[in-house]
Amino acid sequence: MEITLPKVVFLFLATVIVVFSILTVTTKRILRSATYLLFVLFATAGIYFELNFSFLGAVQLTVYAGGIIVLYVFSILLTSSNSQKLEKIKNSKYFAGIISAVAGSAICIFITLTHSFPVSHFTSGELNQKVIGTALMGMEKYQYLLPFEAISVLLLACIIGGILIARKR
Amino acid sequence: MFDFAVVTHWVDETLGNILPDSWVTTTEFVLVGISLLIAYAVMALGLIYAERKVCAYFQCRLGPNRVGPFGMVQTITDMIKMLIKEIIEINHTDRFLFNLAPYIVIIASLLAFSCIPFAKGLEILDFNVGIFFLIAVSSIGIVGILLAGWASNNKYSLIGAMRSGAQMISYELSIGLSILTMVVLTGSMQLSTIVESQADGWFIFKGHIPAFIAFVIYLIAGTAETNRGPFDLPEAESELTAGYHTEYSGMHFGFFYVAEFVNMFIVASVATTLFWGGWMPLHIPGWEFFNMVMDYIPPILWFFGKSAIMVFIIMWFKWTFPRLRIDQLLTLEWKYLLPINLCNLFLMVFVVVFKLHF
Repeated sequence: MEITLPKVVFLFLATVIVVFSILTVTTKRILRSATYLLFVLFATAGIYFELNFSFLGAVQLTVYAGGIIVLYVFSILLTSSNSQKLEKIKNSKYFAGIISAVAGSAICIFITLTHSFPVSHFTSGELNQKVIGTALMGMEKYQYLLPFEAISVLLLACIIGGILIARKR
Repeated sequence: MFDFAVVTHWVDETLGNILPDSWVTTTEFVLVGISLLIAYAVMALGLIYAERKVCAYFQCRLGPNRVGPFGMVQTITDMIKMLIKEIIEINHTDRFLFNLAPYIVIIASLLAFSCIPFAKGLEILDFNVGIFFLIAVSSIGIVGILLAGWASNNKYSLIGAMRSGAQMISYELSIGLSILTMVVLTGSMQLSTIVESQADGWFIFKGHIPAFIAFVIYLIAGTAETNRGPFDLPEAESELTAGYHTEYSGMHFGFFYVAEFVNMFIVASVATTLFWGGWMPLHIPGWEFFNMVMDYIPPILWFFGKSAIMVFIIMWFKWTFPRLRIDQLLTLEWKYLLPINLCNLFLMVFVVVFKLHF
């Protein structure tokens, strides 16, 4: 197999994703786990950039790295103290976790191996910004951001309503 | 006008003659990285010197004046001092996160720095979504600050980090919206295209009223985003010693310090690029001779001249206004800047749709 520069970059990013994903779930300290998750998201953004889809890469950085992780870190800072560590899990739960992990990965591998992927019609170069814009705001087939956004407003209303009902003060 | 792309093409061709393809790319990566780091460090040194001088003159002092002519070597000696200082390991902390935090901050700042178009053809990252990428990477810095505050295991640091986080998240909204206002006017997010389309007039003149409102809001929000006075309450000396970087020493502290100064420059240069034409010279329609004279000034001087003025305005803020309280800070953002910004965005869309701009 020929080793090219994109392949090296991809392998590097893939290794980072795998290693830090495992570290995220195995570490005992909750803030470290959030930090490892940040690295996983960075590497995912790196793969988007490698595919020349810089828009999705930037969205990944701003929404996940800049938004979600900051939210996580904030909530960890507000709720847990420095010395708090994860309590030990019971044996039965441990085995249930292992079984579900193995089953999940088996299903994923099975589907990946048996699925016949269509030939990629990948055009090199960056995707034009106008295409993304019309795809997001248009009303035709495959252009459906507006109804999607309307649903997200409904979700927000549900969350606020839930909080109001839960804490009647 | 001198096009810097000539130089980069020449380097590319020379390397292409002596090396195979993938090695050319690798060497260019390394070269670009080294020049970026050098530019970053030199920029930081210059800005620290400028800040000390400007601050001194505002306070009727002389500032650094002993080392070298006008004290210009002072910051370099300070840098050497900082480099050889011991990095103190403190007990009862998460050492990995403690050491990681300054690097996250500096990498975020470095990535944002690499998006800036300095002169014609002199830009490193020029994506289709350039300005969006710039906002995206600069938002990573918050994570570094929060981690620094938490990992220090010190309540002053933690309070400083929380304040900083709240402040930066809120003011990012204003920055994003004011940039969005200008993107509506440009119709492009690519930084080189934004600069090119200002050849016949800078956006602050083309977009008149909405552009000017967006500029003022951007400058206020940008000052808050860099944690500088009057918004410097994350590191308010009188109450929090030094906020989130209290426990850091040596070059780890230096990273925070340098990143803060270069972030100020990034805010100033984005303001330059979006509102004041980037490296485009000043052209007045009809004044042929004047335009020709202006063209003789190299673009890089235009860019740094305009950015220097922006930097000076931000420094002027710091030494003029008293520090805000946290509630005043959040009120300013959520009750004033954000509604004004949204109305301004609407106004800009109105102006663009009915072609009321120049």
